[in-house]
This record gives sequence, structure tokens and C-alpha cells, in this order.
Amino acid sequence: MITLQNINKTFRVAKRGAGFARAAKALFSREYETVHALSDVSFSVQGGEMVGYIGPNGAGKSTTIKIMCGILTPDSGVCQINGRTPWKERVAHVREIGVVFGQRSQLWWDVPVMDSFELIRDIYKVNANTYQRNLDELVEILDLSEILKTPARSLSLGQRMRCEIVASLLHDPNILFLDEPTIGLDAVSKIAVRQFIKRLNKERGTTVLLTTHDMQDIEALTERIVLIGKGQILLDGSLAELKARSPEGANAEEMVAALYKEYEI
Amino acid sequence: MKLYMKYFSMHLKSQMQYKTSFLFTTLGQFLVAFATFISISFLFMRFDSVGGFSYEEVLICFAVMMMAFSSSELIGRGFDRFPVLLGNGAFDRVLVRPRNVVFQVLASQVDFSRLGRFVQAVAILIYALPRSGIDWTFGRVLTLILMIACGAFVFFVLFVVYAAFSFFTIEGLEFMNVLTDGGREHGRFPFSIYGDGVLRFLTYIVPLALVQYYPLLYLVGREDNVLYALTPLLAMLFAVPGYAFFRFGLNRYKSTGS
Amino acid sequence: MIYLKPYKALFRIRFTNSLQYRAAAVAGLVTQFVWGFMYILAFAAFYNSNPAAFPMTLQQTVSYVWMQQAFIAVFFIWMYENSIFEAVESGQVAYEMVRPMDLYGRWFTMTTANRLSRAVLRCIPILIVAFILPEPYRLVLGGGAIKHVLFLLSMILSLCVVVSFSMLIYISAFHTVNSMGTRIVVGVAGDFFAGGYIPIPFFPDFLRTVIELSPFGAMQNMPLLIFNGYLTGNAIARGMLLQVFWIAVLVLAGRLWMRRSLKKVIVQGG
Repeated sequence: MITLQNINKTFRVAKRGAGFARAAKALFSREYETVHALSDVSFSVQGGEMVGYIGPNGAGKSTTIKIMCGILTPDSGVCQINGRTPWKERVAHVREIGVVFGQRSQLWWDVPVMDSFELIRDIYKVNANTYQRNLDELVEILDLSEILKTPARSLSLGQRMRCEIVASLLHDPNILFLDEPTIGLDAVSKIAVRQFIKRLNKERGTTVLLTTHDMQDIEALTERIVLIGKGQILLDGSLAELKARSPEGANAEEMVAALYKEYEI
Repeated sequence: MKLYMKYFSMHLKSQMQYKTSFLFTTLGQFLVAFATFISISFLFMRFDSVGGFSYEEVLICFAVMMMAFSSSELIGRGFDRFPVLLGNGAFDRVLVRPRNVVFQVLASQVDFSRLGRFVQAVAILIYALPRSGIDWTFGRVLTLILMIACGAFVFFVLFVVYAAFSFFTIEGLEFMNVLTDGGREHGRFPFSIYGDGVLRFLTYIVPLALVQYYPLLYLVGREDNVLYALTPLLAMLFAVPGYAFFRFGLNRYKSTGS
Repeated sequence: MIYLKPYKALFRIRFTNSLQYRAAAVAGLVTQFVWGFMYILAFAAFYNSNPAAFPMTLQQTVSYVWMQQAFIAVFFIWMYENSIFEAVESGQVAYEMVRPMDLYGRWFTMTTANRLSRAVLRCIPILIVAFILPEPYRLVLGGGAIKHVLFLLSMILSLCVVVSFSMLIYISAFHTVNSMGTRIVVGVAGDFFAGGYIPIPFFPDFLRTVIELSPFGAMQNMPLLIFNGYLTGNAIARGMLLQVFWIAVLVLAGRLWMRRSLKKVIVQGG
């Protein structure tokens, strides 16, 4: 379903020093440094799997997701998703995936959520029956019927995130990428979102890949975790395995903290 | 097209949420254009002509360029605001949608407040046309339409080029205003008055003179050669390098992510 | 002067920041330069059409345009301090009033400092380029040291007129739901009457006389016409006195209005 082989990605970043003299110097010459965002990243995900993709900030999580969504082209390596290379067949590829960026909204700020959904329906050319079925189902599970006529700007963060998820699923994607879907949510919303993702995976068999800093997300959702640090895959295994090598009684948070420490990331 | 109308109505709905802000922005657009108009009138209280062109001829020129610019801006504002789209990450969302990128950027913004300038342009045209002494033939009416339509198109391509530059530099973008806003502002006079250098640049590099100076000569009856009336069509070739540049920028974005 | 202390740091930061954005600096420069040059070419075309109808020499017009472009941040009303509008409209201003400095003075210094720092950054390269251009597009100094001292003085006065005038617009935001309308209308009209679109000597005579006496005539009009040698002798003295007069009136009016507006804010609880 998803295969990444030896994906490499480097960025050139301009050095920007503080201070008066350095700023004046930068007027005339600028130094660059090369950052290895991803080095030889390989992993694969089976259909229907739920995978937690974790690592500290700047480890390369977003870069990987962007490559898998077809937004970024890697320097080298192979990536096959649903039998396609994302950055080569963008349009066909994105039709079959759903993406939620936790920090950015795809809803229109000033118009009722429903209008945003209908626009998405037209963008993806979802046929009327499928759309209605999906919408009814999603709205019911996520308890959104009350707020469909509300503009996104008046929604709470939790309500908005639930709508974001609906918006990403209206076209029946078989893979869902969730980039920090629970960031900033209150406890009730977090639980609702988690339950929903679980149900989605179970009932529709949707493959889910999620990045998060919230270890409870991982604990509640995924069987398998992939740990990335400094652009390299450091660990790829089941949560159970991880538990086995951790001290007795440690919770997910502590396990991951121990991991970060172990790999010095 | 149907999808574009959908976006269009969404934008209308959104902007009507902020009626005061919308009205004032429209008013502002109108006023700036009006101040420019008054400046021209003041100048022509002292002078009879500039570079051989009369007040009425200059006004036609002014109105045509403003109309072209504002209609282009009304539709093409998505490209004008493209740096914002890049900056806040909304462009990534564009890339994960199964639609043409250019179409989506185009649809990402429709700014109705730009109507202020358009209204001003229409008013000036209505004022200037009957006074211009133009002998209206079918060919001349067509020339006027071509000037406005192709002018809008050239400005639109300039917005696309502007957006393409923002793949490379956000900071240095301001210089593009020389061509977009500058084309509108300085286009109020026939480009020939700025001298041969400017005219040549605007003929061969950025073909704004092809939708302004040359067809104007035909419109006001100084040139009978029909080719002058057809130069606006030639200007549309500008889209080829413009679009290629955008694709080039897009590929770069995909490889650097910034 | 005590107001200025915090702004030394601010100025430094802004200067450093601007230097870092080299592309932005260069782009801004190119834009302004081309802009100014196109204006000059248009004026030259009018001059060539009928030199007798031209109210000043072409050289004077060229100097006017270059100096105007170089000091845009000093001269133009529409270069507002948007943070002030935001503070008033969001009600943040209530917190500002807790601080020990008086609000009028603070806004005044902040606006002045920001305008100055922007102008200093931009003027140097534009002036350099304008000085090395070929005739007749070159910016010409000429006129002796006294003239230049007067020019500088008048420019400072005109900055004060512009700032004290825009203070009224900031204060008006206390009384309107949305300040945008005032901002736009007064900004466009003000800059037009100040000679921002075409120099005041190009205005029809009846209008010209009125404007020269108004605060708008005391803005960019004065320093620019002193610099280009259009004004001499008594006309300079008269004009600068008028500048001082308008500063006094505008500051007084602003301070009074500010006091009344703040009372209203306090009564209503921000």
C-alpha cells in the first residue's frame, strides 16, 4: 500500500546571523548550509494498518508526510503509494488520499461548514449518493449536525478539527494522513477524535498514518510506531515490543522519552 | 467553470460578512483612481497635449488600462496574493487536491473590492468616449474591446509571473510592482511619451504597449494599418513564457518545499 | 527627549532587520527608482509639449520627484502606524494607558521614529543613484549651505506636520467602529492636496492659494520646494512660519481631543 525505499532529502538553508555586523555582511555574501532532512528513510505500511509516526520537532516527520502527499519531491529514493509515485502522478494520487494538517484549516473561515463540504464535493467530483451517504454517516458519528450551518470561525477548536476530518474523508480515501490531529484539543474532543479514527479504520479499513506529540494518541490508536530522529528511521516496531524493553509500569510518554534519550535526539 | 462559479459565490458570501471593510476598500480603490484622474485634469488645464496626445485621448488610454487592470485583478487576485498562500501553507492544500494548480490558485481569491477601480474606469470611459471625436467604425469598436480584453490578459500573466517569482523570493517581490501597479499607473499616458527606451521595453519584453500605444494609434485614427489594431492579440503570446516560468517555479517549490 | 530612549533600541533593531532582508531592500529600491523615473519622464513629456506652461524648470521638477521618492516615509500621510489602529480597535489601548508615558507623546514619538528609520534606510541609495544619473534626470544640489540647512529644518517641520495630522486620524479611531474609511479618505485626499500626486505649483491657481495656507501645504510641499530652489528668501521664511503654526495648532487640537477621547474610553471601560 505504502512503500518508501531509501528516501533522501536535503535542504539548503541560508545562515542568518544575529547582530549588526553579520547583517551588514550578509548584504554582500550569504553562507548556506545543507540540512539532511531525510537520510535513507525506508518503511512500508500494509492496507488497513494504523501507524504512529513519531519523533521530536524537526526530525523529518512533516517532510516525510509532504513527500507521501506529493507536495515534495525527494532527492532520491522510491515511494509507491497505491501503486503510484506521488510526485509524478499528483492528481491521480491525491484523489485517493485524505490529509489533515492539524495546524492549518481547509475550511472556509467565514461561510457555513456545509458550504465548505459542498465545495470539496465538487472539487473531488464525488457523486451525489456517495457524498450524501458519507456526510450523513460522518456527521452522525462525529455529532456535527448542529454546527453544519455555522461558519468555521465560530467553531471551537474541537468542533473545527472534527469538521476538518470530515472534510478529508468525503471522497472515500483509502489512506488518511493525520498531521497532529489532536493538537490543542480539550480532553473530550481528543477522545472523540481518537474513537472516530479507530472506528474509521475498523469499519472502512482505511489505512491511517498519524504524526503526533501526544503519546496517548499512540497508545489509544496504533499497534505500530515508527520513530524518526535527525532524518533517520531509528525504530520500527510494535507498541508491545517497545513496552517489553521499557521499565515495568512505564506509560507511553515515559517510554518515548526514554527512546529519545537512548538515541540522543 | 461550474466549479469556479462555486468558488465565486463562496468568496462573495465570505466578503459580504465584512460589509464595512468591503465598502471602504472599494471606496479607497475608487478614490486613488479619482485622485489620479484629477491630477491628469489639472495637468491638462495647463497643457493642451502631451507627446502629441490630447486630453481625451489620454483619458481613453487611462480608462482602458485601468479597466484592463481592475478586471484582471478581480479575477487574478489569487496570484497577486500567492505569496500569502505560500507563506501560510495553504498552497500545500492546493497541491493535495485533484485539480489543476493554476485553476485552484485562480479560484483561491476573488476580490470584489477591486470593483472600485473598475467603476472609476467605466466612468472615465463614458466621459471620454463621446468627447474623443473618434469616428466609430466596427473596426474601432473591436479595437477598443481588444485593448481592454487583451490588456486584462497581459496583466493577468504579469500576476502569474509575480506568483512564480514568489517561489524564489518573497522579500524581493516588490520589484514586480513596477510592472503590475506601474503598468496601470504609468499606463495612463500613452507609453510613447516616456521615450523610445521605455516603449521598446514595453513592446518586446513586457508587451503592455501592444495593448495600449499601438492600438490607440489606430483607435484615434492616426494609423490606418489594421495591424496596429491587432497588436493586442500578439501580446497574448506573453502567456507562453509566463506560464513556463510558473511551472519552473512550481517544480522548484516541490523540490525545496519553500 | 526622554521619549526617544526606547526608540534608539527600536531603531537599531529595525535597521539590522532591514539589512538582513537584502532582497527586499534592493527590490524596494528598484521599484521606487523606476517609479520616480517614470514620473520624471512624464513631466519631461509635458515640458517638451509646452515649456512656457510649465510652472517650474524641468530641473526643479526632477529634484522634486527624486527627493520625494527618497523621503517617502517622511512625507506621505498614508504611511500609517497600523499597530495604533489595531490597539484602539481591539481595546488593547486600555493597557497602554497603564504605562507611565503619556499616550499622545508615545504615539507621536513612535510614529516619528518609525518614519525616520524607514526614510533613512531608503533615502541613501536612491539619492546616490539620483546623483549619478545623466542630465537632465540628475538630482542637482546647488544653492549653498544655508539653503540645505533650511531644507533640513523644513523637512523636520514637515514630518511634524504629517505626524501631528495623522495623530488626529489615530484619535478618530476612538470614535468610529471601523477606522478604515477615515484612514483611506483622509489619506488619499491629504496626500493629494499635499502635492503627493503632482506638485502644488501644478495645481490651478485658485486651488493653489488655498492649499498653500492649509496644513497640507505645510507638508512635503515646503521642504521639496526649498530644496529645488523654487522658493527663495521671504517665501521660505513665510512657509516655515506657517509650518510651525500648523504644528502648534495640530498638536494642541490632538492633545485636547485625545484627552476627551480617553475620558470616554475610561468611562466606558475600554
